[in-house]
Amino acid sequence: MAAPSLSSAVPAAVPTARPAAGAGSSRWGTALLEAVGLGPEAALEPARQRAWRGLAERPLPSRHDEAWRFTDTTAMAAIAPQLLAAGAAGPLALPPAAAGVVRIVLDGGEDPLAGVSLPAGIEAIPAEELEALRLQEAAAAGGGAGWGEPEAGGSWIGLLAAAVAPRLLALRVRGAVAPGLELVSDSGAAAGVLPLRVLLLLEPGAELELLQVHRAAGASLTAVLLEARIGAGAKLRHGLVAQGAAASVLLADLAVRQEPGSEYSFSSAVAGWALSRLQPRVLQGAGAATTRLRALQRCDQRQIADHHSQVRFDGPEGELDQLHKAIAAGAGRSVFNGAVEVPRAAQRTNAVQLSRSLLLSDRARIDTKPQLEIVADDVKCAHGATVTRLQQEELFYLQSRGIDAAAAGTLLLRGFCAEVLRELPAAAAVWQPLAMLLAEEAPRP
Amino acid sequence: MIRPDAPLLLEICDLHASVDDQPILHGVNLSIRAGEIHAVMGRNGSGKSTLSKVLAGHPAYRVSAGSVLYRGEDLLALDPEQRARRGVFLGFQYPVEIPGVSNLEFLRVATNARRLEQGHEELDTFAFEDLVRERLELVKMDPAFLERSVNEGFSGGEKKRNEILQMALLDPLVAILDETDSGLDIDALRIVAGGVNQLASPDNATLLITHYQRLLDVITPDYVHVMAAGRILRTGGKELALELEDRGYDWVDAELAALAQAPVEVG
Repeated sequence: MAAPSLSSAVPAAVPTARPAAGAGSSRWGTALLEAVGLGPEAALEPARQRAWRGLAERPLPSRHDEAWRFTDTTAMAAIAPQLLAAGAAGPLALPPAAAGVVRIVLDGGEDPLAGVSLPAGIEAIPAEELEALRLQEAAAAGGGAGWGEPEAGGSWIGLLAAAVAPRLLALRVRGAVAPGLELVSDSGAAAGVLPLRVLLLLEPGAELELLQVHRAAGASLTAVLLEARIGAGAKLRHGLVAQGAAASVLLADLAVRQEPGSEYSFSSAVAGWALSRLQPRVLQGAGAATTRLRALQRCDQRQIADHHSQVRFDGPEGELDQLHKAIAAGAGRSVFNGAVEVPRAAQRTNAVQLSRSLLLSDRARIDTKPQLEIVADDVKCAHGATVTRLQQEELFYLQSRGIDAAAAGTLLLRGFCAEVLRELPAAAAVWQPLAMLLAEEAPRP
Repeated sequence: MIRPDAPLLLEICDLHASVDDQPILHGVNLSIRAGEIHAVMGRNGSGKSTLSKVLAGHPAYRVSAGSVLYRGEDLLALDPEQRARRGVFLGFQYPVEIPGVSNLEFLRVATNARRLEQGHEELDTFAFEDLVRERLELVKMDPAFLERSVNEGFSGGEKKRNEILQMALLDPLVAILDETDSGLDIDALRIVAGGVNQLASPDNATLLITHYQRLLDVITPDYVHVMAAGRILRTGGKELALELEDRGYDWVDAELAALAQAPVEVG
């Protein structure tokens, strides 16, 4: 019953208005909407239309928005407010996928599943079923937004991707799927906006390893909305590797809902973007699930790397183990905000959050903020944050063993990264996340 | 082993040094020949550990006067890593934990840096594993510690064994062991001391910095130096350590007071 294509293609929208009222203008979002237009019928089209109107009211976040207080969006406003033409990136030079990994390339254009043979246990969800699922969840939420529809007043990134993505990829996972799944986008040097929407439904007891890879070398904005539902007892090991360039922007909203007994782990490595913002948002709908978050971001030059995580327990006995790491060099700016919400229903929650940042330059800046809202009284919630430089004692120890200062510094940085990188899915190795983070890789053409 | 004709490895002359603008060393003189084992004893704050840090090149310590020659070469002009590569080893009182850096990788990089300086070939992963497993025997260390991060989660005794393992791999000409005995139970002390004894040869020298006599029960020094107020106040044979054990350090104060009246060269 799998439909041949998930989304009926939206014909390329005819640009109706000329954008670019100027970089930094709040007209940016409106200009983008005008350029994209409201396409005809597509999967989740009613939700898309609502997102479209929602975005029209909130064209661009600014530092007046609490959630964007530390995050300058100038780089975003400098992106041409039009969709990246499919194939504009030209032929992609992607490393071959790791053995046993199925790759899906998302370029915003053709059906991403064309030519892909999905592993047993994974199938595309037809458009009509998707709409039924959305309605079902919206009803369960008392008419509110649910799977397939970002809340109008919620994540701006989700709204953006939902409003302008002409297609979406929706997959259902049953049983334990052995091959890893890889979702790759690479804008190359092309300019414009690449919106990507992914819906992932893990049936009870399903297991999947998923790696997202986003790359850009030009003045482009990759806007990702990934919504995952992890059924009872299901396991999702999720990784994200993202490498950007001086004018590239990455915005990713990852909305995950876990049922009891499920395990979700997310690990990310992000470097090189003018502006990157990751928003893993995990809801343990009835508690009693396990969430493990590991993140590493590096910002150098004048880059901004932002990580806003949010974990909410709507039931008892949930677990969270979170580690966020940042390396700030040059005049880079790192932002971490880690919200953990433990309402009264979430008794016996066990949550640990740690933020460790490395400040490598006097001009770099780090803003790190744990944000624990705990109402339940019988809980264990620990958090901590450190910001340090490379430790003189550690450097001296290595030097006193014959390792020169530069090599010692690299060794320490690698050690700092290793704790997060070793948790990425196996498929990540071909993308050389360590070299990316240490900026060892030669500039891409 | 004292041989007057053995080559001079380390020559410390009137060494003055400070940390955070606080003068700590006030004219240390000490000469060490190949084959010798020296012990420097003294109270906390006498400058023992400062001496070891200065010799290894710790950036927080500043030498204000004096000289240190290592095999005739100006040691103080060398970076810490150059000193290590040429054969000066410091065993740390508090070995540093380095999360995320594999102990095995660290040991291999360090060993190869020293080997290159010695004119030997670098060891590849396999050759190095053979070497390190052989040297592990010396300190009776569990190979599992190779797979862990450098010193991370190691007990005090394991850290000290890891120090001696590094010494065994780096094959130093002058090994300075800063309070290697501190924090060790008697079994661990025997193992660590056994390692030091086995590594001692007519070609190298050892400088033990210690607070207690008990290390010197298991490693017999050729010379014992008593340090106080940033100088070496008295030098003797191993019997001086016993005398300190009996009499304590109170007499040191008396000698210091006398020195303050009329400074004379000692040591």
